[in-house]
Amino acid sequence: MSEHNVEKDDISGVETTGHDWDGIKELNNPAPRWWLMVFYVCIAFAIGYWVIYPAWPTFSGDNERGGTKGTMGWTEYKQLKDSQAEILARRAQYLGRFEKASFSQIENDEGLRDFAVAGGKAAFKDNCATCHGTGGAGGNGYPNLNDDDWLWGGKIEDIYQTIRFGIRSGDDEARLSEMPTFGGMLTPKQISDVADFVLSKDNPTTPTAIEGKQVFADNCASCHGEKATGGREVGAPDLVDAIWLYGGTKADIMAQVTKPRHGVMPAWEHRLDRNTIRELAVYVHSLGGGEE
Amino acid sequence: MDKPEYNDEIVKKFTIATIFWGIAGFTAGVFIALQMAFPQLNIGEYLTFGRLRPLHTSAVIFAFGGNALFATSYFIVQRTCRTRLWGDGFANFTFWGYQAFIVMAASGYLMGITQAKEYAEPEWYADIWLTIVWVCYLLVFMMTLKKRREPHIYVANWFYLAFIVTVAVLHLGNNISIPVSLTSTKSYSLFAGVQSALIQWWYGHNAVGFFLTAGFLGMMYYFVPKRAERPVYSYRLSILHFWSLIFIYIWAGPHHLHYTALPDWAQTLGMTFSIMLWMPSWGGMINGMMTLSGAWHKLRQDPVLRFMIISLAFYGMSTFEGPLMSIKTVNALSHYTDWTIGHVHSGALGWVAFISFGALYHLVPVLWRKQGLYSMRLVNTHLWIATIGIVLYITAMWVSGIMQGLMWRSYDSMGFLQYSFVETVMAMHPFYLIRALGGILFLSGALIMVYNLYKTIKGDSVPALAADVKEAAHA
Repeated sequence: MSEHNVEKDDISGVETTGHDWDGIKELNNPAPRWWLMVFYVCIAFAIGYWVIYPAWPTFSGDNERGGTKGTMGWTEYKQLKDSQAEILARRAQYLGRFEKASFSQIENDEGLRDFAVAGGKAAFKDNCATCHGTGGAGGNGYPNLNDDDWLWGGKIEDIYQTIRFGIRSGDDEARLSEMPTFGGMLTPKQISDVADFVLSKDNPTTPTAIEGKQVFADNCASCHGEKATGGREVGAPDLVDAIWLYGGTKADIMAQVTKPRHGVMPAWEHRLDRNTIRELAVYVHSLGGGEE
Repeated sequence: MDKPEYNDEIVKKFTIATIFWGIAGFTAGVFIALQMAFPQLNIGEYLTFGRLRPLHTSAVIFAFGGNALFATSYFIVQRTCRTRLWGDGFANFTFWGYQAFIVMAASGYLMGITQAKEYAEPEWYADIWLTIVWVCYLLVFMMTLKKRREPHIYVANWFYLAFIVTVAVLHLGNNISIPVSLTSTKSYSLFAGVQSALIQWWYGHNAVGFFLTAGFLGMMYYFVPKRAERPVYSYRLSILHFWSLIFIYIWAGPHHLHYTALPDWAQTLGMTFSIMLWMPSWGGMINGMMTLSGAWHKLRQDPVLRFMIISLAFYGMSTFEGPLMSIKTVNALSHYTDWTIGHVHSGALGWVAFISFGALYHLVPVLWRKQGLYSMRLVNTHLWIATIGIVLYITAMWVSGIMQGLMWRSYDSMGFLQYSFVETVMAMHPFYLIRALGGILFLSGALIMVYNLYKTIKGDSVPALAADVKEAAHA
């Protein structure tokens, strides 16, 4: 079982090594030349790379966090800084003017407006889309921002105010209102009647809806208005349009009257900078329902 | 040449366990692929993606792959040392002990018990148990080598031994932790922060290197020449690529931590050692492929050999892709994207599973002393369904991964990010569907294999070898 067992393989004409395991033999071919060459090239590349880039620990704690520096002076921090500088330079084309411009100036300057919409769109998708949806279409409990139905006002300044301080956010400047819990104040019959009235869009024809009109006048009109068209100073929704924050079935309306839900929107002032909030205001205003 | 009475009972047990866990692991994979496409499938507390994902990875790597390595290493070491496996009792313990480890780990995942270290999720109690089992494995393997009746140790056994020893070192290194108490399942890692991350990826990358590469190269070095009935192409190449692979692989782990808190110098070493690893990895592919020189016509006749050769092709492809992805500029795009998932699966499905399927198709008739497989046509059907499945899987992940990476880094001319994270997720949905389809095809192929192997073993569909017929030289 050693060199004297060396035999010639008929097919390749190459000698075997003389080993035999369970019928398996080995040819005595050299390693392919190209294989060795490519291996050497890879090693040479690695050595070159070690010279140019930070590569070996020095255990000194100095230099680039305890390793050799490399001849290029490259660090990942520097690379990050360079990449960021390139992006910030693109923003800088507009940012100086944007900071000083008022909302009406922004609206009348196509370049600034495009800049604000682009920045607002990016910030919206990262911060607002979670509740309001990527396209701002909202959902149950989260207002749709594409329509012209505004709880707290649809002018850019109103929107800016809402984003900056939030709604029931705990911020001192936050939009604040609270619909009372009518569950204990009104009888179930009254709540049912007022729901029928709301569903009649201020045009009651059935007896219950007509009774509900009186309940509405006594309890709801102070905020939602005589004609149920809402009141923005207290964030009271318009009840005659087709848009419902918490659903438009009779059961939904009764539930909201009995024990209202109160949505919370954070005050973004503490998380986003002024420019970003202004961009967001311009962007949301541009979605379709913005008011002049 | 006389042959001793081999311990094939233990190999049979591990073979059946390989098939069983393979199906379990592939099924879990298909299910979590569907969860990615349809999040509604995250049902209840125990069947969420977060808990099933380690279940899938552990089932395919450690349960399917591990049992395949146990089965083939015990089979090969006996035959290439021409001696019976040492220590029947110890070997039997490694079987039941290893299955117990798998059950311990898997049930822990479902209950939310985890160290949160990728591929090292089992908690301290399971780790200690595995250590005991693994030491017995090493003992059985080494003692069998020691009492060999061949003058030299065959190359397959070098790879198996490297796999057993290194996995032991990795397992011990990455699992050093302090239990909260002896009655608590929770432990805390001894390392923290970036040290912990570096140890984790030294472990994680070398689990790929020594479990999924070295171990399965051992498998390849026996079954390819056996099936092709040709000598191994080059003894010298096997020595060169074995030692270069062993030496270089162990350094490459930091490439998993590019552009993180890991110091630049460590990232550089991880990247450059990965590039130097390219040829050592390819040495195994070249030696396997070239072993077929003079026997290429056998590929036309033998679908089992075809499995092995396709596995070598996938091995070559993924060991080229690996060094490529370790290059910092490439990694800046590929990292954290589906590209990584595609890369892992071209290695796992294409290389690890295919070489194992080849080995299983070869082993079962030998172990159960049958004249051959129930159906070669079904082997061929399995081969093509599984290959199409893999191609769908990895191409979908390439496209989706590169798209995802490009979307993440895309800025408009005014300096704002163009896409939000959720938009990238929406864009990937179609590719998640293709990936799931690929997985379903791969699983279907494996089920065909189960049927074929069952029919081979059970009943009289395949005639048994006569009692006095010795194991044929080629079988």
